[in-house]
Amino acid sequence: MSEKSGLNRRHFLSVATSVAGAAGLGMVAVPFALSFKPSAKAQALGAPVQVDIGKLDEGQMVRSMWRGKPVWVLKRSSEMLDRMRASGAKLADPESEVETQQPTFAQNAERSLKPEILVVLGVCTHLGCAPLERFDIAPADLGPEWVGGFYCPCHGSKFDLAGRVYSGVPAPTNLVVPPYRYLSETLILVGDDAGASA
Amino acid sequence: MSDASRRDAVTEETIMSRSADRMSEFVDWIDARFPMTKMLKEHATEYYAAKNFNVLYVFGVLAMVVLIIQLITGIFLTMSYKPDAEKAFASVEYIMRDVEWGWLIRYMHSTGASAFFIVVYLHMFRGMMYGSYKKPRELLWIIGMLIYVFLMAEGFLGYLLPWGQMSYWGAQVIVSLFGAIPGIGEGVVEWIRGDYFISDITLNRFFALHVIAVPLALIMLVVMHILALHETGSLNPDGIEIKEHKGPDGIPLDGIAFHPYLTAKDLVAIVIFLAAFSGVVFFAPEMGGYFLEHANFEPANQLKTPEHIAPVWYYTPFYAILRAVPSKGLGAFLMAMAIVLLFFLPWLDRCKVKSIRYRGWTYKVALTTFAISFVSLGYLGLQPAVAPYVTITQVFTILYFSFFVFMPIYTRFEKTKPVPERVTWDH
Repeated sequence: MSEKSGLNRRHFLSVATSVAGAAGLGMVAVPFALSFKPSAKAQALGAPVQVDIGKLDEGQMVRSMWRGKPVWVLKRSSEMLDRMRASGAKLADPESEVETQQPTFAQNAERSLKPEILVVLGVCTHLGCAPLERFDIAPADLGPEWVGGFYCPCHGSKFDLAGRVYSGVPAPTNLVVPPYRYLSETLILVGDDAGASA
Repeated sequence: MSDASRRDAVTEETIMSRSADRMSEFVDWIDARFPMTKMLKEHATEYYAAKNFNVLYVFGVLAMVVLIIQLITGIFLTMSYKPDAEKAFASVEYIMRDVEWGWLIRYMHSTGASAFFIVVYLHMFRGMMYGSYKKPRELLWIIGMLIYVFLMAEGFLGYLLPWGQMSYWGAQVIVSLFGAIPGIGEGVVEWIRGDYFISDITLNRFFALHVIAVPLALIMLVVMHILALHETGSLNPDGIEIKEHKGPDGIPLDGIAFHPYLTAKDLVAIVIFLAAFSGVVFFAPEMGGYFLEHANFEPANQLKTPEHIAPVWYYTPFYAILRAVPSKGLGAFLMAMAIVLLFFLPWLDRCKVKSIRYRGWTYKVALTTFAISFVSLGYLGLQPAVAPYVTITQVFTILYFSFFVFMPIYTRFEKTKPVPERVTWDH
């Protein structure tokens, strides 16, 4: 073997050793990087929640929790929807154009999959207070124009029955519609829309 | 002198010379096994820096002092702090109220965080004034920039630990910035949090990064920064290389030994700094809500957003840039670029003259505009995002970026003054 080929061989072996070592380091880095992902416990706690709406009457609302936030499911009667559409209330974002506030499937007039069932997070978009359900019509405190909706007691933000924010109130955006889908006629899975919003 | 006392004096002398012999024997013993004397010479007693350093040259040493304060106070804080979402807030109150001198140690640590950025910003500005980033000190500058970036990460991670309202919502805002990365953003955010919201899991990992990973990286980078500095040699306010004029003994004619001359000078700066630092720790540890934000005296509540989320003052220039742009993605990109561009300063600046003393008016105007923009953005980042602040922020954002973007042009055609051969020094 000549000296040159010996050097070549040495060079090859150095490179091969380095590559093998780097590959090994790279592979062993994977478990460490993946350990940063949500753990099984976090996944279980953050898993989608089922909400049964079988026993829900028109005008009733059921509350649940998902990822530390209250979820409201409201069954709107056709009168409620008619009043909402006809109210002519001044809304900040009537067409639900702010993308972060709902999945694309809820970017419609009722902000929902089925027109009568509203699913929203019960967190005021101003400072995170819990708005109150005010489905009464023209109450003394909210004035004759009020056709039912949500009212935040903290700073007076008003939302209609689709969770759309009135203009001229502190809250900047509509209430958030979480991803959800129907498992059956009466069972909603909140937190998972099977990719429908992507 | 009596015989007896003479004898005593002789004995004393013998003992002293004997102990000196023993001392040098001991040093020899060490030097044969560890390069102690060699290192002391190389980095202190025979490291020569220019004799015309001005007051702006103390902030590197002060940053080291703050680093040591942070390391020591930090170690003591971990002994009483609990990285647990249920207990963290209460454990900080426990440190403040029940741990003997706990309040002092914590206030030193929280004040140290702000002090760190004050001295580092001044240190960096000094570098920009006198061209300390220019050839052959590009790597020195880049290592320094890495220290700055790690320092920002360290401050951010540490700010979550008290688990107050501003800790929580500040982390919420900053972590969600990574969601602006196209395609993988949401996955990255989830990966950083380790959960679907800022939770106990996030707190625990931020603690680990804050007390182990980032400090280790910082210490290593600081050592590299000093080694790189001692390789190229320190620059000076005249921006000329003292190594180019050496005496017959090989020592730069304008150089003085770091120890004892510059250490003596630095000691004065350290004393003044520590006096000011103590003043803040004892009389204004919250600094009117700038060093410790008032919203953070309320425990984290994931259902209640604070009225006005603002980061601590040292991030606000970049936060202002983020908010200046209506699009989240572009805002986050510009915010990152505001820092990334600083790394490229050695190559953006085409002027051969280093020090601002001999540079043309263009650079003086540019650097002044940059400094005013940076400070103004810092102020604007603390204000709510309403008119007229938004428009003013946009103007200063444009000025901030103009400094970098047009730098290759305005520095190339700069009319410079003649640079002296030797450092200027009137005494």
